Amino acid sequence: MIKLYIDNQPVEVPANTSILDAGRGVGIKIPTLCFIENFEAKGACRVCLVEVKGAKNLVAACSTTVLEGMEIFTNSKTVRDSRRFVVEMLLSEHNGDCKTCLRNDDCELRQLASEMGINVLEFEGEPAPQNIDDSTPALIRDSGKCIKCRRCVTICNEVQGVGALFPQGRGFYSSIGPSFAENLAAVACVQCGQCAAICPVGAIIEKDHIAGVWQAIDNPSKHVIVQTAPAIRAALGECFGYEPGTLVTGKMVSALRRLGFDKVFDTNFGADLTIVEEGTELLHRLKKALVDKQPVALPQFTSCSPGWINFVEFYYPDFLENLSTCKSPQQMFGAIAKTYYAEKIGKRPEDIVVVSVMPCTAKKYEAQRPEMSHNGIRDVDYVLTTRELGRMIKQAGIDFRSLPDSKMDSPLGISSGAADIFANTGGVMEAAIRTVYEIVTGRPLPTNQLHIEPLMGLDGLKKATLKIEGTLPEWQFLEGIELKVGVAHSLTNAVRIIDAVKKGEEFHFIEVMTCPGGCIGGGGQPRFTTNEVRKKRIAAIYQEDEGKTLRKSHENPDIKQLYAEFLGKPLGEKSHQLLHTHYKAKENLKPT
Amino acid sequence: MNTFTVSKLQSVSELIQLRSRLLNEEEQAGLARKERILICMGGGCLASGARKLKDEFHKQLHHAHLHNSVEVKGIGCPGPCSHGPVVIIDSDKTLYQNVSPGDISEIIEQHIQNRQIVERLIFRDNTDGKSASSIADIEFFKRQTKIVLHNCGTVDPLSINDYISHNGYAALSKVLCGMTPETVIREIEKSGLRGRGGAGFPTSLKWSLASKSSSSQKYIICNADEGDPGAYMNRSELEGDPHSIIEGMAIGAFAIGANEGFVYVRAEYLLAVERLQNAINQTKEYGLLGDNILGSGFSFNLEIRMGSGAFVCGEETALIASIEGKRGEPRPRPPFPVQRGLWGKPTVINNVETFVNVPVILLNGGDRFASYGTQKSKGTKVFALAGSVRHSGLVEVPIGTTLRELIYNIGGGTVNDRPFKAALIGGSSGGCIPKEHLDVPLDYESLNELGAIMGSGGLIIIDETSCMVDVARFFFEFVTEESCGKCTPCRVGTKRILEILLRICDGEGKPGDIEKLIHLGEEIKRTSLCGLGQSAPNFVLSAIRYFRNEFEAHITRHCEAGVCFREKKFNDLEIQHSASTKD
Amino acid sequence: MAAEDNKNQQALATDEEILTYVDHLIAECREKPGIVIPLLQITQKKYGYLPEPALRKISHELHIPYSEVAGIVGFYAYFSIQAKGKNVVRVCQGTACHVLGGNEVFAAVKKELKIDVGETTPDGQFSLAVGRCFGACGMAPVIMVNGEMIQQVKPSQIKRILRKYKK
Repeated sequence: MIKLYIDNQPVEVPANTSILDAGRGVGIKIPTLCFIENFEAKGACRVCLVEVKGAKNLVAACSTTVLEGMEIFTNSKTVRDSRRFVVEMLLSEHNGDCKTCLRNDDCELRQLASEMGINVLEFEGEPAPQNIDDSTPALIRDSGKCIKCRRCVTICNEVQGVGALFPQGRGFYSSIGPSFAENLAAVACVQCGQCAAICPVGAIIEKDHIAGVWQAIDNPSKHVIVQTAPAIRAALGECFGYEPGTLVTGKMVSALRRLGFDKVFDTNFGADLTIVEEGTELLHRLKKALVDKQPVALPQFTSCSPGWINFVEFYYPDFLENLSTCKSPQQMFGAIAKTYYAEKIGKRPEDIVVVSVMPCTAKKYEAQRPEMSHNGIRDVDYVLTTRELGRMIKQAGIDFRSLPDSKMDSPLGISSGAADIFANTGGVMEAAIRTVYEIVTGRPLPTNQLHIEPLMGLDGLKKATLKIEGTLPEWQFLEGIELKVGVAHSLTNAVRIIDAVKKGEEFHFIEVMTCPGGCIGGGGQPRFTTNEVRKKRIAAIYQEDEGKTLRKSHENPDIKQLYAEFLGKPLGEKSHQLLHTHYKAKENLKPT
Repeated sequence: MNTFTVSKLQSVSELIQLRSRLLNEEEQAGLARKERILICMGGGCLASGARKLKDEFHKQLHHAHLHNSVEVKGIGCPGPCSHGPVVIIDSDKTLYQNVSPGDISEIIEQHIQNRQIVERLIFRDNTDGKSASSIADIEFFKRQTKIVLHNCGTVDPLSINDYISHNGYAALSKVLCGMTPETVIREIEKSGLRGRGGAGFPTSLKWSLASKSSSSQKYIICNADEGDPGAYMNRSELEGDPHSIIEGMAIGAFAIGANEGFVYVRAEYLLAVERLQNAINQTKEYGLLGDNILGSGFSFNLEIRMGSGAFVCGEETALIASIEGKRGEPRPRPPFPVQRGLWGKPTVINNVETFVNVPVILLNGGDRFASYGTQKSKGTKVFALAGSVRHSGLVEVPIGTTLRELIYNIGGGTVNDRPFKAALIGGSSGGCIPKEHLDVPLDYESLNELGAIMGSGGLIIIDETSCMVDVARFFFEFVTEESCGKCTPCRVGTKRILEILLRICDGEGKPGDIEKLIHLGEEIKRTSLCGLGQSAPNFVLSAIRYFRNEFEAHITRHCEAGVCFREKKFNDLEIQHSASTKD
Repeated sequence: MAAEDNKNQQALATDEEILTYVDHLIAECREKPGIVIPLLQITQKKYGYLPEPALRKISHELHIPYSEVAGIVGFYAYFSIQAKGKNVVRVCQGTACHVLGGNEVFAAVKKELKIDVGETTPDGQFSLAVGRCFGACGMAPVIMVNGEMIQQVKPSQIKRILRKYKK
């Protein structure tokens, strides 16, 4: 342990602790605009400066580790003046208007300026050049607001391995973005939105669909229905001051009704449907390989995460065949809503507006893919992120905290716990195995709480092997087989698992979620998502699952009814038309 | 010279044998030789036609049937660049300046054949008012002490044999047979050598930190990214004496336990790279670089990496990033490169001049080196003397020599004896020294006290025809262009300072601007990430400190030197204020 | 310096030739750490600028995101993604040149070529660039044409100097 003094308080911390962390440990908040946990400190923004006795200049608390006997001052006049100066410099180059900025409620720069009481801009001058990039369906970048903290660069390169964003140019006119001032749409950006979730200011934001949704709701000739992804219920509360990991399912449903949606449904329904289709698809692939001895792409990859689909299309076209042909739960929901449900309520599909609330920005992209429509009608019309839904509720003047709980509507609102855990890394795999195992053996998965421990938690790459024994006669070809599954979250880990597959490691089924922690850590979730927050949301989702009596997708009565009344059987012709799709390599786009 | 080929030297004794063979040959040649003509092959003289001059000497000597008795030899820069091309007649050390091919026949006939000095070509403007022909009598040379540059002007930079016969690689062989890393570092410590890149960090301390690291892989890097406008010491050292750098680096590598090294050379220095590469090739051929050098078991490989036009790469962490193939952006220190440097391994980075000092110290002893200089700053320093000074060029003086001596006794005073205004020392990171401080001794501490720095050795003299505000603006354009943009204070702060300076120079300055400049400058110094930002405002702060009245006058639209507010005069020429190096 | 040994190549190189050239370059040094910058330097020297196919190839082969390659290119002043004129004139803006009339020389060059920094004359003969100190301070002011240093230049000499290079 290292003994030191921070503002004259004796502190003891382990060696290699940064001054920033040491300060936090004793209740001293040192501001920072560029630091992200678990990544090397860059020392770029300079707002975390502190005074160290004996040092010539101020030092950055994020990048300086403590030394024995160090005397640190975080609140001297010099420190206050210098931090203020740095923030004044950022404000003087900031080319944005707080009055109309979508981030003005949680902008870290604005908040710092306000804490420092900066009410006059002493140093005015040329602002950063403003280039607005709204080329993608998911994101808007505004270089004028960018403070060059490079958090997004770290995320895009080191977490996602996409490399769409990088510092360009030099000096005052340097910028952060794709090569040579290209737009995001021109490069292989997967639109995961992790950049927008980590940006301290309003330089990268999601494309706002709120106006379109209001317009639909206000249109009496439209039947507007909403679906909410499982990850929303564990995070939406954060927009209203709840602790991360607070489940607000009931209040969320009430709020959505008050917003004026005609029906409040659940993407979970789509998730249950996905499991039935995708699990069956896996069994078919295995049968084809083991019984028919035909060439078939294995391992099968999950296809729920649109950023991941983009990633495969851009970087691993050789693996396109391995992607499950299932559409994502969002799209399955939309497709069923505009056919089965439309018939049921006697509406034309064009009069139904499907709004989804997603923890994700790439879902905005997914919803407008040409593949995601039927007879020229889109499965999903608008995609709101969790953050947008939070804003909408506030716009409507709804006091979220005082809302009563209520339940989703039927028939597309009933779902299993297996669908809930789609939100967590490892969840889709666990849900699939719950169903596949039972289909094959006729018995429930014999694990504690139906969980598969090795697939839970925040390890980047998780693996499990499941020996299948006591199969039903129909599935005897699987008797004694060891089902090998893998789970990866964040795209650098996806690359690791693909590399393992390329090197010959055997897998039958692999789940990939684009964002760290899975959808609960999605690019559209309330800011700011740290590992601590991820863990809490994950726990909440498991709690939701465990609290349900219905725990397996194939047992969802509404799903059974859907097959009985409409789809026929999994992978049947209707399913093929509505619920499955194929992806193509994106060679026309330049790789980043 | 160069009359026999050499296979890889296997031991120290083989090197010694080679040296004595070379000296022997040289002695024989010297006996047979009537005269030797030394021609500066430094970049400055080359650009003034030195290569053609050398060819022409060969031709005309041939013509006069003197080619067997008169040798023509290329040498590194002897110093007086503004008088180039420079030719020295070896026997009597007569220095001829501004020699053109048309002068050759006269030199051959009159001087070589008839031993009559060609008066019209000798060095003029000596400070004593007289012309002098011999280097021994020229003030410019007389008052210098050449340790770093001792080979420049005598040794042929293209010939390893010439270097070896001038005791080259003797220090390395001494180190390899009988010294330990500890004794090497102790000798350097005794010498008191401090880093010549500008900051003056004790070299022995840096080396011993790296030496103590247990890492199996370490690197040594020579920083030759000399980017300060107005500084070209390293360029001349690279061009004039590349082997000394290699030898110094090899000794450093031995001391810290590195076996790989890089020389990071500025993009503009094509000739320097060519000469250094040539020297590295020769050294490898002789087995003085590579595996198992001189049979000692010590291996050292050296590579050149070129810069690509970014001043910030002179900052050591940025330089490392650049070698690693990245944008040359600095990263926070600590960890210092000696802890975590190139590819995460302990790395020592020293300036060219620091390395050149090393063989001399090891050969002659640290004590002898320490006898030059001041109490705290030992040895000599090379300065690139330029601007309004009669003899501009490369000069080397003991640390602690006064500025006055440098400018007036060595440099011969200002051009046309115009009134001296200030010396700009240390480039954009440095400061200015006004005439009331002409007697400041040039050492690290005294210069710091005046708000300037020793820097790498750029020394520009300005007289009253220059405007301080304009010069400050000039430096700031440079700094702003070269800011990497990573940290806030440097990226935005330098731009804000430049904007204020530009408006002052345009006659649109406002009351309060000077205070703003000071505020911005002091905060940028205190808050920036790297040395570039931390020193970026130095010059403007120093200019305000000594020439505040000029800034004030500009705010009321008066430029004493008549440099500013001339846009109307230049209407059609339109002087570009924000020129960019980017093309 | 970039264009000195390539005067007539840049206009002629096809994408295919460029790719073959870069391929050949990379084959020799793929495994060498940090090699991307030397590769860019060699390519720039060869063509006088960095053609996009070359950059894409380097990015692909070295597994460096294209945005990062672009970020490197944009960081260093010596790299250019635009083809330059047959002759590249660089005017020194170092301190010594500045205090000895470098600005007047610069203005004279601009007046003579009728272009600004970073531009190329319509006839493709000249590109104009500035540099910060060529290290020839003793002979200030200086300009460099195609890597050849011209010292103690006076504004009045510019016309004559440049005429020499015009084909």
